[in-house]
Amino acid sequence: MKVRISDDALALACGADNVAAAFTKAGAEVGRTSSWGMHWLEPLVEIDGIGYGPVAANDVQTILDGVADKLCIGQIADHPFIARQQRLTFARAGRTVPLSLEDYAATGGWQGLTAARALGPDATIEALIASGLRGRGGAGFPAGIKWRTVAQANADQKYIVCNADEGDSGTFADRMAMEGDPYQLIEGMAIAGFAVGATKGYVYIRSEYPHAIAKMEAAARACAHLIAPFDVEIRVGAGAYVCGEETSLLNSLEGKRGEVRAKPPLPALEGLFGKPTVVNNVLTLTTVPWILAHGAEAYAAYGMGRSRGTMPIQIAGNVMFGGLFETAFGISLGELVQDIGGGTASGRPVRAVQVGGPLGAYHPPSQFDTAFDYEAFTAVDGLIGHGGLVVFDDSVDMAKQARFAMEFCAAESCGKCTPCRLGSTRGIETLDRVLAGDNVSENLALIEDLCDTMKFGSLCALGGFTPYPVLSAMTHFPEDFGER
Amino acid sequence: MTLADILNQHRGREGPLLPILHDVQAEFGFIGEDAIRTIADALNLTRAEVHGVVSFYHDFRTTPDARPVVKLCRAEACQARGVDAVAAAVPQQDGVKIETIYCLGLCSVGPAAMVGTSVHARLDAEKLAALVAAQ
Repeated sequence: MKVRISDDALALACGADNVAAAFTKAGAEVGRTSSWGMHWLEPLVEIDGIGYGPVAANDVQTILDGVADKLCIGQIADHPFIARQQRLTFARAGRTVPLSLEDYAATGGWQGLTAARALGPDATIEALIASGLRGRGGAGFPAGIKWRTVAQANADQKYIVCNADEGDSGTFADRMAMEGDPYQLIEGMAIAGFAVGATKGYVYIRSEYPHAIAKMEAAARACAHLIAPFDVEIRVGAGAYVCGEETSLLNSLEGKRGEVRAKPPLPALEGLFGKPTVVNNVLTLTTVPWILAHGAEAYAAYGMGRSRGTMPIQIAGNVMFGGLFETAFGISLGELVQDIGGGTASGRPVRAVQVGGPLGAYHPPSQFDTAFDYEAFTAVDGLIGHGGLVVFDDSVDMAKQARFAMEFCAAESCGKCTPCRLGSTRGIETLDRVLAGDNVSENLALIEDLCDTMKFGSLCALGGFTPYPVLSAMTHFPEDFGER
Repeated sequence: MTLADILNQHRGREGPLLPILHDVQAEFGFIGEDAIRTIADALNLTRAEVHGVVSFYHDFRTTPDARPVVKLCRAEACQARGVDAVAAAVPQQDGVKIETIYCLGLCSVGPAAMVGTSVHARLDAEKLAALVAAQ
């Protein structure tokens, strides 16, 4: 009997190794795959396509005896959470062995690189532009335009840098992509290198992701001969959230303090070691092979407005059915939270959903009709960021969440610009006065003024976007900021 | 492995400082004043430059601390799943350091923690206490 269990870090954190060991001890053959992304069911066990979860080691005998009906979810691929998705970037999730080159090639791997080589660099870039793919790290800048800028720059050396410093709370798609389908990311980088004329690529992975680091290092070694003359090297961060900002990441790669650089010059023209550099997020680069293999039109057929294609949305926090849900842009926030996420895990009413990480706004249920789309979220003073949703129930104190946003900014500020470095600390102090009931309305006016300064005066998104969670909490949940 | 061995391993690499610092801390547990001086000499940097990098990143420390570390995520997704109450119920104790970090990418199954490279999810006060006691 062949049993499939994920070796994704989340499955491991839920006890997958113990379950795998119990199956092995009982005489079953265990294969370790990527995760399907149905996190409430992890550790998820798959036998002949049928899923069981969440499984503990002492459930193993009942599964082998065929009497584990309570844990059985039927055919995994037919489960509504999976069947409702449009998985392009995560097409292999749950279905392949992450480091198996055979599995990768058998599921369309390397077809994008082959197609790019046949098209030539210019047509590859044109295809990416035509696909409408926008940077998935949060800024949403058209990826093909960035590539074209680097391609047109004259230099003896150019670089492809993959931003894998996924520090936003509520996001884990980069981690899952690297742990579950590492060759796809490397293929995307190789295509980028071919298109812009770069022979060296770096993947900068945060140190909090040791499993992703190990998988990516093994994958880079195993497929080096397939992507030559392009070369990929893995670099490890050192616990600085701000290094997810692209210029600070470049400084860190160069061996400097992870301080933000002023733009211009754009990294596309003067990036790593002063050379033209493509800096793309993991999700951007992992989507590239699909686009080249299936064509720009096929990708652009998904989505709405100027948000083309699909987004791997991460449903997290206090939610019943958390996990990875990849779908075309345009789905409503309410459908994601209530319908797919099943509401809160605590069973209490949903009060707020933070979208886009620690720098994203808190949205009340009255905004649940907002479509998941870059422009639609901008229109309600929010952002989709890296596509993470963090659900809170009605026990949340939004004034405390606003204070935490300032506290996080103060802890992670690189210190380069004043609005972020000082503003965040003054923000904590002022919110503490609000929390203590001291001159509440005057202090809230000060906070609004401070947020204005941070938003328009900061060098990067850390100081510039911290006002989103703070102001959205004040706007939508004023009752939490009243006299105490 | 000696510091000289580590520096030799990274000779010729582009931007070698962070990889060197990671290796030094993994080998010796901290990055001391002597190490900073030697690294600065080897890379033709000033001590201030190397010190500036070491002190910038949360991962690096300049003094030894032999205690095992339980890194507990205190970011929003784990807050939404009750980490504040869990942390309050398991106070700091001698011999083990409970350190705050922000996000392990386990945001749908928090509260979450990491010890070394081993990750733990769905923690409640009892499970966190057991994890701390096991170190």
